[in-house]
Amino acid sequence: MRPRRMIALLMLCVGALSACDTSNSRQKKTGEGRPTASSTSIGGPFKLTDQKGKTVTERDLVGKPSLIFFGFTFCPEVCPTTLLHISKWLKDLGPNGGKINTFYVTIDPQRDTQKQLQLYLSSFDPRIRGLTGSPAQIAEVAKAYHVYYKRVNLKNGDYVMDHSTMIYMIDAAGRFAGPIGYGEPDDHVMPLLRDLISRRKPKFRQPDPSTSIERSEG
Amino acid sequence: MLPYAIRHLLLLGGAATTLALVPAEAKDAHAGTLRISGAWSRPTPGGAPAGIGYATVRNAGSRPDRLVGASSPNAERTELHDMSFRDGVMQMRPVKGGIVIPAGKTVRLAPSGYHVMLIGPKRPFVVGGTVPVTLRFEHAGSVKVAFDVRMSSPDMANEDKQR
Repeated sequence: MRPRRMIALLMLCVGALSACDTSNSRQKKTGEGRPTASSTSIGGPFKLTDQKGKTVTERDLVGKPSLIFFGFTFCPEVCPTTLLHISKWLKDLGPNGGKINTFYVTIDPQRDTQKQLQLYLSSFDPRIRGLTGSPAQIAEVAKAYHVYYKRVNLKNGDYVMDHSTMIYMIDAAGRFAGPIGYGEPDDHVMPLLRDLISRRKPKFRQPDPSTSIERSEG
Repeated sequence: MLPYAIRHLLLLGGAATTLALVPAEAKDAHAGTLRISGAWSRPTPGGAPAGIGYATVRNAGSRPDRLVGASSPNAERTELHDMSFRDGVMQMRPVKGGIVIPAGKTVRLAPSGYHVMLIGPKRPFVVGGTVPVTLRFEHAGSVKVAFDVRMSSPDMANEDKQR
């Protein structure tokens, strides 16, 4: 189980990194998002509402670095686990925990209303802001961030959501600074967050994944 | 450095914390040639529409069996699901035709794989508590199993240390 997960994680990281490197022609593979004025293809305008009813736009990503995670409350494992990790990281950052924005964006706005996000997020660090919106608004932010999500209808009338599981690191200028994969150990993540808060480019401490690039390209 | 589970519990807070410092191990359950061990469930955040259950099923017999369903008085509805990751995308699907437990083999319902979906928890699953679940097997019949609510798998101590 573990190796499979780690491979998926590595491929994810590599895929996302190559997507953000505009000097790399590979990023055309992920070029569905609208062109933006920034130097990166990840990110763009959005307008959502947090669990307290406050409007959040891309302008709220400027001034402080941010973590953004896309999920849904019906998700029984990846999403609550990721939110627990984010809560722990914020706590471990101590006073620096206040120097980073954290956003949990639902990709299931039908079930995840503002009220539902308020209830759900009460179990986690109160600094995490849960964002929802109309299906069109969610589609807009997902497109801007190249988030894969898909509603899958089940025979019993219920539905589940497929979705990307990585956390986006965004620098204080609102630019994508790198991914954190699901299940990434704390001792890998904390240096990245400290880099981000110190306005340094997060330095990934991973082996050269050149072979994985080929695999993810295949 | 506190163990992973305990550190996370402190985040959740609440009276359950002390209980969980020494998490109870689920008692093994038996049905025919099957032994079900290490059953556990995660705590549910507020308003969570679904909980999750994992367990290890060992078939000591000479013919395969099949986990075909589950039920719980603590959930409105229960389904068997599988989870997979492809290129960083999580997919969760109901299992078609049940989960085969081959003769002489062990099958794990575990994170990022097979699991019991406990849809519509009737009350929050709290660390230190248990969720009663009845697992239904094609040949071995039904067996009641207490799923311990905890932060991580009882047999994944190594994974915890990596965090």
